[in-house]
Amino acid sequence: MDNLLSIVTFLPALAALILAVFLRGGDEAADRNAKWLALFATGATFLISLFILFQFNPADTGFQMVEEGAWLLGLKYKMGVDGISVLFVLLTTFMMPLTIAASWGVKARVKEYMIAFLLLETLMLGVFMALDLVLFYVFFEAGLIPMFLIIGIWGGKERIYASFKFFLYTFLGSVLMLVAMVAMFAEAGTTDIPTLMTHQFSSAGFSVLGIHVVGGMQTLMFLAFFASFAVKMPMWPVHTWLPDAHVQAPTAGSVVLAAILLKMGGYGFLRFSLPMFPVGADVLTPLVLWMSAIAIVYTSLVALVQEDMKKLIAYSSVAHMGYVTMGIFAANQQGVDGAIFQMLSHGFISGALFLCVGVIYDRMHTRDIDAYGGLVNRMPSYALIFMFFTMANVGLPGTSGFVGEFLTLMGVFQVNTWVAVVATSGVILSASYALWLYRRVVMGDLIKESLRSISDMTRREKWIFAPLVTMTLLLGVYPSLVTDIIGPSVEALVSNYDTALAASSDAVQVASH
Amino acid sequence: MLQADLTIILPEIVLSVYAMLALLGAVYTGKDALAPMLTWATAGVFVLLAAWIGTSGEGIRPAFGGMFIDDGFARFAKVTLLLSAAAVLVMSQDYLSRRGLLRFEFPLLIALAVVGMMMMVSAGDLMALYMGLELQSLALYVVAAIRRDSAKSTEAGLKYFVLGALSSGLLLYGASLTYGFAGTTLFSGIVQTATEGHVSLGLLFGLVLIACGLAFKVSAVPFHMWTPDVYEGSPTPVTAFFATAPKVAAMALFARVLHDAFGGAVGDWQQVIAFLSLLSMFLGAVAAIGQTNIKRLMAYSSIAHMGYALMGLAAGTAFGVQALLIYMAIYVTMNVGTFAFILSMERDGQPVTDIRSLNMYSKKEPAKALAVLILMFSLAGVPPLVGFFGKLYVLRAAYEGGLAWLAVAGVVASVIGAFYYLRIVFYMYFGEETDDALDGGQSAILSGFLMVSAAIMLLGVVNLFGIEGAAAAAAATLVN
Repeated sequence: MDNLLSIVTFLPALAALILAVFLRGGDEAADRNAKWLALFATGATFLISLFILFQFNPADTGFQMVEEGAWLLGLKYKMGVDGISVLFVLLTTFMMPLTIAASWGVKARVKEYMIAFLLLETLMLGVFMALDLVLFYVFFEAGLIPMFLIIGIWGGKERIYASFKFFLYTFLGSVLMLVAMVAMFAEAGTTDIPTLMTHQFSSAGFSVLGIHVVGGMQTLMFLAFFASFAVKMPMWPVHTWLPDAHVQAPTAGSVVLAAILLKMGGYGFLRFSLPMFPVGADVLTPLVLWMSAIAIVYTSLVALVQEDMKKLIAYSSVAHMGYVTMGIFAANQQGVDGAIFQMLSHGFISGALFLCVGVIYDRMHTRDIDAYGGLVNRMPSYALIFMFFTMANVGLPGTSGFVGEFLTLMGVFQVNTWVAVVATSGVILSASYALWLYRRVVMGDLIKESLRSISDMTRREKWIFAPLVTMTLLLGVYPSLVTDIIGPSVEALVSNYDTALAASSDAVQVASH
Repeated sequence: MLQADLTIILPEIVLSVYAMLALLGAVYTGKDALAPMLTWATAGVFVLLAAWIGTSGEGIRPAFGGMFIDDGFARFAKVTLLLSAAAVLVMSQDYLSRRGLLRFEFPLLIALAVVGMMMMVSAGDLMALYMGLELQSLALYVVAAIRRDSAKSTEAGLKYFVLGALSSGLLLYGASLTYGFAGTTLFSGIVQTATEGHVSLGLLFGLVLIACGLAFKVSAVPFHMWTPDVYEGSPTPVTAFFATAPKVAAMALFARVLHDAFGGAVGDWQQVIAFLSLLSMFLGAVAAIGQTNIKRLMAYSSIAHMGYALMGLAAGTAFGVQALLIYMAIYVTMNVGTFAFILSMERDGQPVTDIRSLNMYSKKEPAKALAVLILMFSLAGVPPLVGFFGKLYVLRAAYEGGLAWLAVAGVVASVIGAFYYLRIVFYMYFGEETDDALDGGQSAILSGFLMVSAAIMLLGVVNLFGIEGAAAAAAATLVN
């Protein structure tokens, strides 16, 4: 299995091709076949991707299972995983079958829907495995196309506004990254990511239009990459596309967006920003930390006043991503461990929360919180599951949400106590909006006439939640499952970062003497 | 000596003799009845010549004392423009004949325009340059106005003629200044007058005026005003032709003049070209937003694309020329596909150019809508489609040529431009269903061109079909 990674990456695309070419007709049988093929393909991808986990050696901090081939323009087709990326690959393959299963009720253009999701899976997997700058960019950007169509075709009332905003916002963020990549290519003469991670980009300060740039090229490149990843993440204040996109996207689209697409930003910080531009990152760390702290508090407050369930969860996602950026830019073992952990755990929890909204949206066709109340009387198992994920979202110890938040807060406390203090207040705020949402939707008496006949979850829906509940609990009580795999790679990342910073500050001191 | 020279320009001779013989033959025999046959024959001759030029000829072969140069650069450009002209001819036949516009002069005028273009890309002298340019332009003025009973078409022809004459005048004035200050019209002589990377003030005036004239031909801002009107007014096949082969020829000529004649003074023209590029990218991106006529929209799109191609030229390096050639080849392929689609847009047999008529096109014609979607994303420069790699090339060339600011401006403009390509996708996929939908695809040829073009955009991600190497070799013969 020399090209295991390519097989995993392109298997969904192959299934999409089969669907596009061979599936004819628009009757119910064809729709059913499309659904089953998509489910089968994503399921098979998940099973095959388990081999990546089995073959993976956590002690080795370099890239493993590397595949390499020539490509155009002197670029390379190079794929590989390390401790930082391998779990994101698995998160993606794990979430996709659930997403497909959750879209069983789609009626319109089923074939195209499945093709879009299968292609999206290929592109997302490619992002986490690509070891060539431009290859990464190609996967990163190409993912916009299926997502644009998913929101635009199968979305809600304001879908067109949301899809254009999503596309143009993220496109604008990433084209600056493209220029920085071109600059890196010109300066280092290669686009090979492992080589670039050891390349020392110039950090001598210079002036642009009369403004002195501390950290020179590194700071500029850092900012260009930051523009892309901060939008993708999304960080305050460039998060405004996310609530629109989430609210308008179909349930499955929201799940993919929250569980996987947002993680690309955090992954990008870990893969590019910290290792390649340590000086630039160091210069801007205070800014990023404070932006994260503001994001946590501000978006939690905004979440409090939302009347649309999806919007509330979208804002809570932004807040939770604030912990991630905070952990990453604490740049110590606990912080980065916690950030990766938080991303994985948020993948399960936010995905599950959007599915929870989807369950009642499918029945009532509204997401207004006011339209619900007292669901516990008619939907006991739904109430239980929703309760579980609400608690996980709040960060109750014993669920995976707690571990990530705790580790990132511990990491950042060592770097900047004040940021940690402000961010910790977000824990209380998240409890208030999440529990309040739960109370308004599930608790109380069932007084709304329209809810009298609402039915509890079907067996299919329960089966979709089962793996998510398992993972959330498992990671909550036994976090070493994750930290053992990511630990050595994170340790190498942090020590390389510190070494590079020390080396460059030595260089600066030598130059100033 | 003469025989050797004639051997070198044999492809041009073959094409001109063919055009003249066919013209005589058609006049004395069947006239317009022969038009379909002549269209196919001309396209066939184009393809044969492209194959011949592509496989023969090595190294740099100057003819007529350096007035005509046959080198790798010229061959690359000739193959590109011959193939695109052949594609447009084949595509236009059905459209023109159903509207009674297929006169026998049409394919022959195109053939003569192509002779002019082949002269342009091989020009090694200001006189040869002007001859080629005028031969091309005169033929194009006529085809722009080929729909004589349509006020818009005649207006387009007249506008193109008047403004074209003005630009030719500018160019000629620049050429005479250049001759006056350099003492020669040969590019190889002019290039030697540069000292320490700069040319004398008089030559600088000549250079700028020539650049103005050529900028008009590639429709770079601020010499673009004719483009939207001519694109809109001309019959669609003619528009398709304007958007492809002449652009390649003019861009290649631009590169030829700047590098062969003024290659010693890159610093003198780099800022001018960068400025043209910047303005074209932004105007093309912003002005297209309000358009609902797809032909006008494509006019602004081509202005923006010329801006990106000029970015490669502005770099002033061999890599920049390589990027320019690759960009133009990709641009032409995308435009052939897009115009194949525009030609097939009709309702009740009448051509439609309003993009709102595409409402829910994806329901009716899923395969064609998907192909158009791929082309639109490719035009917008979104990976993994080939249009992105064209942009990547010119960005890299610009950055390495010291124009990082231009690269940043270029990507910002590409985001603005993405909006109107997305809008077409929006109409096709997100719109509401309406009754007055477009007719289904009637022409297998047009669908074929659309599909093949889209497939190239998608599959080219593997290795760009090897044009990289060819373009690199071509650029190496121009810049050394």
